[in-house]
Amino acid sequence: MKRAAVIVAFFGSLILIWQLAAMSGRWSPVLLPPPAAIADYLWGAMSDGSLLEATAVTLYRLLIGYAIGLLLGLPLGLLTSTSEYFEDTIGALALGLQTLPSVCWVPLALLWFGQTDGAMLFVVVMGTVWSVVLATDAGARSIPPIYARAARTMGSEGLDKWIRVILPASLPYVVSGMKQGWAFAWRSLMAAEIFVTILTGFGLGHLLHYGRELSAMDQVIGVMIVIVLIGLVADKILFSPWERFLHRRWGTGLK
Amino acid sequence: MQDTAPIYEAKTSPPAKLAIKGVSKWFRTGRADVQALDNINLAVGEGEFVCLVGPSGCGKSTLLDVIAGLTKPDQGCVLADDQVVAGPGRHRLVMFQDSALFPWLTVFGNVMFGLKRSPELTRQQRREIAAYHLQLVGLEKFSKSYVHELSGGMRQRVALARSLAPDPRVLLMDEPLAALDALTREQLYFDIQDIWQRRRKTIILVSHNVREAACLADRVLVMSPSPGRLREEFRIDLPRPRDVNSPEVAALANRIITALRGHLKAAPRAVS
Repeated sequence: MKRAAVIVAFFGSLILIWQLAAMSGRWSPVLLPPPAAIADYLWGAMSDGSLLEATAVTLYRLLIGYAIGLLLGLPLGLLTSTSEYFEDTIGALALGLQTLPSVCWVPLALLWFGQTDGAMLFVVVMGTVWSVVLATDAGARSIPPIYARAARTMGSEGLDKWIRVILPASLPYVVSGMKQGWAFAWRSLMAAEIFVTILTGFGLGHLLHYGRELSAMDQVIGVMIVIVLIGLVADKILFSPWERFLHRRWGTGLK
Repeated sequence: MQDTAPIYEAKTSPPAKLAIKGVSKWFRTGRADVQALDNINLAVGEGEFVCLVGPSGCGKSTLLDVIAGLTKPDQGCVLADDQVVAGPGRHRLVMFQDSALFPWLTVFGNVMFGLKRSPELTRQQRREIAAYHLQLVGLEKFSKSYVHELSGGMRQRVALARSLAPDPRVLLMDEPLAALDALTREQLYFDIQDIWQRRRKTIILVSHNVREAACLADRVLVMSPSPGRLREEFRIDLPRPRDVNSPEVAALANRIITALRGHLKAAPRAVS
């Protein structure tokens, strides 16, 4: 209850400062619309369905791209953690490409795929997969070696050891990798949507882009708030509770 | 509930005898090879309880790993019932200092782990064996708990049950009680003696606690470091169960400590 009050007070004062700044008249309302204008836009875009539609399009792309990124990244990360050959090759590749901001994939994706959903997914997968590989790899490496030793003395070797010991032991790190992958997928998709215009569906990134073209600052800020909220909800509801639960039960880091 | 205990007591595999023949082991470090074990020869009888004591770095844990088959010796070999040990196997189970229980499994799941590698057992038999061993260590009420919910002493009891359940012929214990508080440890001394008398395994226990060794073992072997060598042995014929605080155990422990100090002084310093 006390925490809720603090949260309300904090965000309430942020909005208040914003309102006061807008009312001071120092800045043009085109550049700094008051909070009420944003609320107006959000309400309007909600009721005519354009915001929900854009959110649905964006989340659909995000989920597909993210799923592909995970399917590729998790096994690759486990692979690089077990063999130094894979570490020197795939691991080095992942490390290199992870430093590349995902928006840098956009020109290549446009030339390869044209203005299609394929280009969008490609950028998301490229933004996701390498960070998942690295996080999973780092996680699997920090599995206490004593688990594998205990398993071996109980007659569990090879595939059995992998399925019953290595995979469950790495689960908390895999979830951390998934969380990181999600954040990267989200960033990549927004970059892609702002730069790639396709006719199969307008996402949140497009709304943001057209807000700029129309100098509709209420739309720009409104869509930004929606993007922030989706990221926040995904982290707080999807990943963090699960991550905390695993790390607590597994007795690994965090709290 | 029917009393299942006698079935599994009767089903105990006979304890194995071990022979360690001329085992030497080197570890390669950056600068030089360090010899961890130097020509270790040791025979352990069926159902015998042997303790290896020595200061840290004397190679006692390495020797245990070699016996377990987790580490290959550079020279010599280990025979278990006249068969050369080529790798780890469930006839020689290891209990580690850190319980090494799997946190993603319940207590019951942990005790079941090794049993799943016994194809000759039915599902129902596995469950009965696991339940029996949990009862043996007094934790049947905690079978649904997870590892992070248990105290250190309880974890080591579960680890003991997990090691005993697959019915190994040799139990190798690597300082299993070193991380526990004194009261818990003393309780476990009684428990281990009790279980050993009921289940008759060949046990090799590694410890740096001389009192513990004197309390538990039939035979205490003193090791000295750099390189690890077996120096001296003490037979202990005190009646069981022994109390770690009894004057007889204390007197024996003092003799062993004196021997240990002597060998430590005589041993050449490690090249640094």
